[in-house]
Amino acid sequence: MQNVKIVVTGPFNAGKTEFIRSVSEIDVVSTERKITAEAEKIKSSTTVAMDFGRITVDDELVLYLFGTPGQKRFDFMWEILSEGMLGFVVLVDSARPETFREARGILETFRAYAPTPYVVAANKQDCDDAWEAEDIRLALRLDPQVKLLPCVASQKETVKTVLLELLYSILESIETPAD
Amino acid sequence: MALRGNLRDFSFTQILNLINLAQKTGMLTVEGPGEMARIYFRDGKLALALIGREENDLSAILARSRKITANQARVIRERTRMMTDKEVGLLLINAGYLSQKDVFDSLQLYSIEVIRRLFTWVEGIFQFDQTSPVPTGKIPVRIDLENLIMEGSRQLREWEQLQEEIPSLDMALKFTDRPGANLRHLNLNLEEWRVVRYVNPKNSMRQIAQATHMNDLEIRRIAYALLQAGVVEMVRPGGIPPVMPPRSLPPVNKEEHKSLIQRLINRIRSL
Repeated sequence: MQNVKIVVTGPFNAGKTEFIRSVSEIDVVSTERKITAEAEKIKSSTTVAMDFGRITVDDELVLYLFGTPGQKRFDFMWEILSEGMLGFVVLVDSARPETFREARGILETFRAYAPTPYVVAANKQDCDDAWEAEDIRLALRLDPQVKLLPCVASQKETVKTVLLELLYSILESIETPAD
Repeated sequence: MALRGNLRDFSFTQILNLINLAQKTGMLTVEGPGEMARIYFRDGKLALALIGREENDLSAILARSRKITANQARVIRERTRMMTDKEVGLLLINAGYLSQKDVFDSLQLYSIEVIRRLFTWVEGIFQFDQTSPVPTGKIPVRIDLENLIMEGSRQLREWEQLQEEIPSLDMALKFTDRPGANLRHLNLNLEEWRVVRYVNPKNSMRQIAQATHMNDLEIRRIAYALLQAGVVEMVRPGGIPPVMPPRSLPPVNKEEHKSLIQRLINRIRSL
């Protein structure tokens, strides 16, 4: 049996757990805990170690989706989670521009851990306050060739599109490896 | 779709950068503590900037730039009460009091002054409205934002923020391939030129700092300004091999790896 993994990362409350939950065939194994810090009480609970979801491909291959903890004090987990990943998804909350800088920092950190392909998903595009994906690209200073995909983590189809685009990028990187 | 937020989280310089890169047209409203500014853009260029309840009719702006005296401004305002800035401008030019250049220079100077003041705002709400053109009757100018962005970035002194933007000085800088990014249009100061001389994917920012005798803060400040202006981008320095983590699934060979990814693709499609 081969196990492969894709990491889903992003700032606190970007929607990582929901993203994984939308496509996982098992209930997401979650390590959510009640939030205690006042400043972080946007939601009632958060991921403190990791989430993981599973997609069985066939008898020999299983894909795991690992969600990283969003709060900065758990960033020691990131490097461990990034080991051996096929690629990663950076989830951005389109309606909270105050988290864009942090998202950029997380992206750079993961790029430093491993030169694997990645895509950026502009989540919560269904919110009234959501920034357009192309504006987010500029705010995050993403190169034009970096895939930035609009997404609503609760909608399975958009999550599938994000994962497929990442897999296409991985396929492309195998065919045309970087120097 | 909204383009709004808080200056605390998204600085005014970053907004200008976004408008510049996206070549946006419309009105940016910035509501600071006790004051509001309206800034108009056309195709990513600054067209007009107005602030608060300040007198911003043409005669006031001409007086501010000392093209006319305050007394002359008062008389003009009294006599042209029902006229727009465009009409007043034409009147003054046709009467030979001022040249077209005088009018445009004054308007440009005023708009730039407003932008400079906005660089100092750290609290406030901003909103960009793509449907609001420059008000009829106002004279639009056309000012490139790159130099203003550079200036705004120079004012950024917060060490913490710079550290967040540039977490590691072991990264290198390279000139962007973005069309339109052109050093010749930028007014770089001496320190920035010293850094630009060493911009090369082979040189880490730490090495550039050593070569130019700059401390961490100084090199970050300049690198940040150049990044914001879209002149350079951060890259992994050449020669340093990327850190390769151990893989849980080492691809045995290319074809096998491709087949594995293809199986994943087929599975996700079928979900």
